[in-house]
Amino acid sequence: MPEAAVWIIIVAPLAAAVLNGLIIRPLLGPTTRLAAAAAISTIGLSFLLSLWALIAVWNNHEVILPLHEVLRVDEFSLRIGLLLDGLTAIMLVVVTSVSLLVQIYSHGYMSEDRGYVRYYTFMALFTASMLTLVLANNLILLFVGWELVGLCSYLLIGFWFTRPSAAAAAKKAFIITRFGDLFFLIAILGIFLLWPDDAPITFVLNDPDAPVDLLRAGGTVLTGAGLTWVCLGIMAGAAGKSAQFPLHTWLPDAMEGPTPVSALIHAATMVAAGVFLVARFLPLFDEAETARTVVALIGGFTLVFAASMGLVMTDIKRVLAYSTVSQLGYMFLALGLGALGPALFHLFNHAFFKALLFLGSGSVNHATGTFDMRFMGGLRRVMPWTYGVFLIGSLSLAGIPPFSGFWSKDEILGSAWSHGGALGTLLFILALSGAVMTAAYIFRALYMTFHGEYRGGESQESGATQNAHETHDEGHGGAPHESPRVMVAPMVVLAALAVVSWLANAPGLHWFTDMLEPLGAHAEEIHIVPAALGLAAGLLGIGIAAALYRGGAISAPSISGPLAPLARLLTRKYYLDELYEGVVVRMALYGGLWRFLSWFDSEKGIVDRAVNTFGVVGRNVGKGIRVVETGQLQTSLTVLSIGAVLIVAAYIAWGG
Amino acid sequence: MAAIALEHYLLLSAGLFAVGLFGVLAKRNVIVVLMSIELMLNGVNVALVAFSRYTAPNELSGHIFAIFIITVAAAEVAIGLAILLTIFARRNTVDAAEINLLK
Repeated sequence: MPEAAVWIIIVAPLAAAVLNGLIIRPLLGPTTRLAAAAAISTIGLSFLLSLWALIAVWNNHEVILPLHEVLRVDEFSLRIGLLLDGLTAIMLVVVTSVSLLVQIYSHGYMSEDRGYVRYYTFMALFTASMLTLVLANNLILLFVGWELVGLCSYLLIGFWFTRPSAAAAAKKAFIITRFGDLFFLIAILGIFLLWPDDAPITFVLNDPDAPVDLLRAGGTVLTGAGLTWVCLGIMAGAAGKSAQFPLHTWLPDAMEGPTPVSALIHAATMVAAGVFLVARFLPLFDEAETARTVVALIGGFTLVFAASMGLVMTDIKRVLAYSTVSQLGYMFLALGLGALGPALFHLFNHAFFKALLFLGSGSVNHATGTFDMRFMGGLRRVMPWTYGVFLIGSLSLAGIPPFSGFWSKDEILGSAWSHGGALGTLLFILALSGAVMTAAYIFRALYMTFHGEYRGGESQESGATQNAHETHDEGHGGAPHESPRVMVAPMVVLAALAVVSWLANAPGLHWFTDMLEPLGAHAEEIHIVPAALGLAAGLLGIGIAAALYRGGAISAPSISGPLAPLARLLTRKYYLDELYEGVVVRMALYGGLWRFLSWFDSEKGIVDRAVNTFGVVGRNVGKGIRVVETGQLQTSLTVLSIGAVLIVAAYIAWGG
Repeated sequence: MAAIALEHYLLLSAGLFAVGLFGVLAKRNVIVVLMSIELMLNGVNVALVAFSRYTAPNELSGHIFAIFIITVAAAEVAIGLAILLTIFARRNTVDAAEINLLK
């Protein structure tokens, strides 16, 4: 595959962003349909080239692409290139396919919005950033893509920036992910500092010409505690982007963005970036056992923690958001066990069914004008297509065979099972209880949304609840209806993918693992016991949801009494927002650091005091000198004459 | 009676200069200060012509210097008096002690 073709994968959406933002919008106005054409056609081109890349990697395992020197400072040479291996190829296909479908869907969803062109500009830039991050063969270039992804998520979450809640959510997402990025940056600096002096560092990830590059450096160049800290820094960056505990709080708030943006963020870009990063640096993690265990434990904790909050949310998008956090926890758990194949397989499957669920929730919102499930119900009859695809997505998420989620979740459960020991057992139990909750919350959402009787939609809300996210479809009031074809078609495609994507790594086929084999993945065997337990967990969860929300076998009020404190704890999201806001921001920052800084700047502190001191000293010196400056011409002349006489006298006395 | 030597001229010159300097430094009336400056200049002229006469009698450079000084002094007096008139018109005084805007 020629190098130029790989570059075009990145350049095409980037060109669409530039075209839309700098040419189409100023010349043709903010709602012209040409923007969608530009964005969708370029991402379509990227998608086709990604498929080509996938086939090329499938044939050769790795496509060697040249590096280009763009900067040289003394010994340091910055060489930029693209890396195309199994991991990249899979990510490319996931990113471009989901992005393509989401952008087609957006044409229907955003058609009434005044920011139509701006939307497609950001979407194209978002995709280009993610593709840069995935393809980069240099840590510096990777970091550029990483930061651009963060920027674009800020722009898109805050897309309706006139709404204070959207602006706040965008800010929150940006600050929290930046907090993680700080540690990633420290890890990069750590690599720079720990690198031995005899071979100049290049930051190239995979360099066949060099004796040792960054990915091969784990065992030979970086060792010991330094490597562990570097890995933990990378993990912290990944946890910020992938919304892992304790940096997960931004993701549920990110629902303030348009729903297709959520689908893109949750499935293909942004949150996948963290998983990708850890997967990319897995050779380093393999040499740092402690860091890898931390990854597994954070993943295991997050998946249960987030799933439990998903159980009580009334906003359908928030349920899905916590679901994403939870499913990302599964991926980190697998990565922490060194199971690259299962982690990426789950990312691959999750991308499709989660994008599907989000687009489904957007479709529901399009019909009802609300995201609050308490005002939905009975939509099964009026929105048969949306109901069908949402059901497929839910079954897949819940891990019911033959849908894709079952297979990848089973592989993760299996890797925890076969890992054994205390760690393996603990993680297995966490993953299993997470599976019960996953099935329960998604079917709770399904029943509340699509079954029972319709409970009124947005008119019931009196416009006051925070869940009235999308404003553009006012006027859709009255009876809910199925969404337009341009929105249904991408959902159907995604549903089909959610049904068949597991075939990529079906037992006996292992295409997926084969592609990742050079990176250390190996085909997982089917473990009967964990698979059976996983299936049982999924069915149990569905059963609980059905008993509570469908059949009425257990009435909600009868259990809400004793469980009220627990429910409140979950609804308030374990009070973590209050903790961050109250303790970290108000006490530590306002009370501590900022008070110190304001003291430092004040007249009683350092900065203003220094400035004032300079002024006072100057004024007093002037006051002293002023005495001799009387303005009396004759006094000055007298002094001058005496001086002249003294100089002449001195000359006669000593100089002559 | 001894011949008049260079020293006598220089003494006269220094005397004129010193009287002028005293006037410049001590007199309060600016007109008198201007007149005193004329005295100092003339003291210098005497010294220049005397040096010229006693050290290089065949050259006239000292004389030429003196003529230049007289010319410049005339111009200086004209400008000085003009400034003084303006000050007097504005401030109604010719007292050097009261002209102290440089303070």
